[in-house]
Amino acid sequence: MIEPRRPKLELLSNELIQKIIDEAYDILENQGVFIENEEALELLRDAGMKVDMSSQRVRITPQLVEDSLASTPASLKMYDRDGETEYLIGEDEVHFNPGSVAVTILDFETQQERKAVTDDLIRFTHLTDCLEHLHFQSTGILSSDVSEIISDSYRLYIGLLFSKKPIVTGTFRVEGFEPMHRMLVAVRGSEKNLSDKPLAIFDACPSPPLKWSNLTAQSLIDSARAGIPSELISMGMTGATSPVTITGTLVQHVAENLSGLLICQLAKKGAPVIFGGCPLSFDMRKGTTPIGAIETLMIDSAYVQIGKHLGLPTHSYMGMSDAKINDAQGGFETGIGIILAALSGVNVISGAGILDFIRCQSLEKLVIDNEICGMAYRLIEGIAQRDDPIALDLFKDFAADTQFLSMPHTRKWYREEHTFPKLIDRDPYDIWVSKGKKSISSRAKEEVESLLQKNLAPLPDKEIQKALKEIMLSDAQRNGMPSLPEIDFP
Amino acid sequence: MSNEKFLEMVKKAIVEGNKDEAEQLAQQAIAEKMDLNEVIEQGYILGIQEVGRLWEEGEYFLPELITSAECMKAAMEIMKPELEKAHITTRSEGKVVIGTVEGDIHDIGKNLVASILSANGFDVIDLGADVKLDQFIEKADEVNADLICLSALLTTTMTGQKKLIERLKEKGLYGRFKVMVGGAPVNQKWADDIGADGYSENALTAVGAAKILAKK
Repeated sequence: MIEPRRPKLELLSNELIQKIIDEAYDILENQGVFIENEEALELLRDAGMKVDMSSQRVRITPQLVEDSLASTPASLKMYDRDGETEYLIGEDEVHFNPGSVAVTILDFETQQERKAVTDDLIRFTHLTDCLEHLHFQSTGILSSDVSEIISDSYRLYIGLLFSKKPIVTGTFRVEGFEPMHRMLVAVRGSEKNLSDKPLAIFDACPSPPLKWSNLTAQSLIDSARAGIPSELISMGMTGATSPVTITGTLVQHVAENLSGLLICQLAKKGAPVIFGGCPLSFDMRKGTTPIGAIETLMIDSAYVQIGKHLGLPTHSYMGMSDAKINDAQGGFETGIGIILAALSGVNVISGAGILDFIRCQSLEKLVIDNEICGMAYRLIEGIAQRDDPIALDLFKDFAADTQFLSMPHTRKWYREEHTFPKLIDRDPYDIWVSKGKKSISSRAKEEVESLLQKNLAPLPDKEIQKALKEIMLSDAQRNGMPSLPEIDFP
Repeated sequence: MSNEKFLEMVKKAIVEGNKDEAEQLAQQAIAEKMDLNEVIEQGYILGIQEVGRLWEEGEYFLPELITSAECMKAAMEIMKPELEKAHITTRSEGKVVIGTVEGDIHDIGKNLVASILSANGFDVIDLGADVKLDQFIEKADEVNADLICLSALLTTTMTGQKKLIERLKEKGLYGRFKVMVGGAPVNQKWADDIGADGYSENALTAVGAAKILAKK
């Protein structure tokens, strides 16, 4: 049998990749980066770099970048809450997860965005947990019924309680790391177990151009030491916070990510790091940053190709839409993004459920996007030769009335070769009418409710629940919130 | 060169975003002891108004807008000492304290608004990015500002806008300074919810909104 060929999108020539990397090295060496974190600056100074402590600017030699690339693992493994299911992040493995961090949720009844509360976050978490093609959870919505200071730890708290899947998350304050780390340790049982079997990925966004804030640099350092993979989320905006050309933005992207990678490696050699990002095409008319723009997706696919060239695990924000409701734009922007991401072989793809420039999460969209992810998985499986000869045997008794429906061959292969989406409309017209002429958004709403009715993820054991609650409560109390919202455990 | 022709050149320099030319013409106006008020009102300001018109028509995009605003600012910087020496006060639309709230170091949108407001005759005090809430209030108090403009790009820092308004209320200063909010995650509803006086979705509508608020 001839092996299926993995379909692959590669936008850049090797020559162009090399030129981009060379310029990134040049910028790091001659212009340097700003790092507003003393510990990171000290690590760099100890590594022999020229550090100007007062301007917090550091210039980085190519050799040090090379060394840090050499010590960064080419792949890593994530494990679910039970520590049983293993997910490889590397090579051309593809894992989808919802986009974060939305501040609103699309209310199905009113078709308007509204603030989310704990109950929404729980429903979102549950739903993600039971959607087959979303391998990872994300702490995707901010809950407006808790103090915003603890919104980072609170979303992880809900995520760990109501989902088994590995979680993509991150800190919003330097002090957020400690309670979040403690929660993860509480689930795993020990710091070593957590480091051996990572449960969460922490995102850290440099501030373009070429700056690591105190918060993000600290997150890199703390995560590296705790064995938590860091996802570097460089996010230049073309012509605004990064050069207007796609290649120019790629140069900056690579320079920012390499400097982040370096901080991780200096904090702990061999620390897992994911070459990621959320670069955006900047709309020169509206002053907005469309995440669904084709140029945004082109930058994503291209930096991922560079990340792979550098031998690193990769991530991107793809498969989101700037539409405000689940309309045609919501679907096609997402569909294009998800397909391009899968073809680019991005290891971690964040985006499902997101509308309105990463502002809004929609549960209906989450279910629709899950189906698109399913299509993408089918696509990258490629076309396999199932039989040898391929079809000659089927035509052996070829006659005028030959059909294939009743052939054992059909029965044998149809489930392998074809997928059966649940929400996508494939009904004949009259049936569609008889079912109430429903749009995909309405069908998705029904699916959301039906999934939430029956597929409740098991909670962690009582002791762990208690430990998580104690950690969360003390973080809340330290930050002026005497109690947490009541949670109805199913 | 006739006066009209000179004013026409000034206007053109701003419309085309030619910084060298805009600066050089300002120097020439000073050297030739022209009526600076006229040069500003009939040259530079007409230029920036034309830029606004081209934007409204969909001809100009943000890069043109920001370049012209920066030309305007550069020319005004050159004329400022002369204006002060001659005790000429140019018409000010109002005093604005602007910045990106604490925890947020994204300041592209804020810079745009600051430049456009300044080009349109506001006195703009730009506090930069990652600005502590009290710093906004102290500065506004110190310069007796008409407006405080707050920007946030991150969904996590937009709550700083709300806190500033709460802080103003605590200090009994709510109402003394008008507060205008903006930034990618911000919308009118948010502005209403937190009790802001104004909201603007982009840099140009900010000019109109700021003019109305400053006059209140």
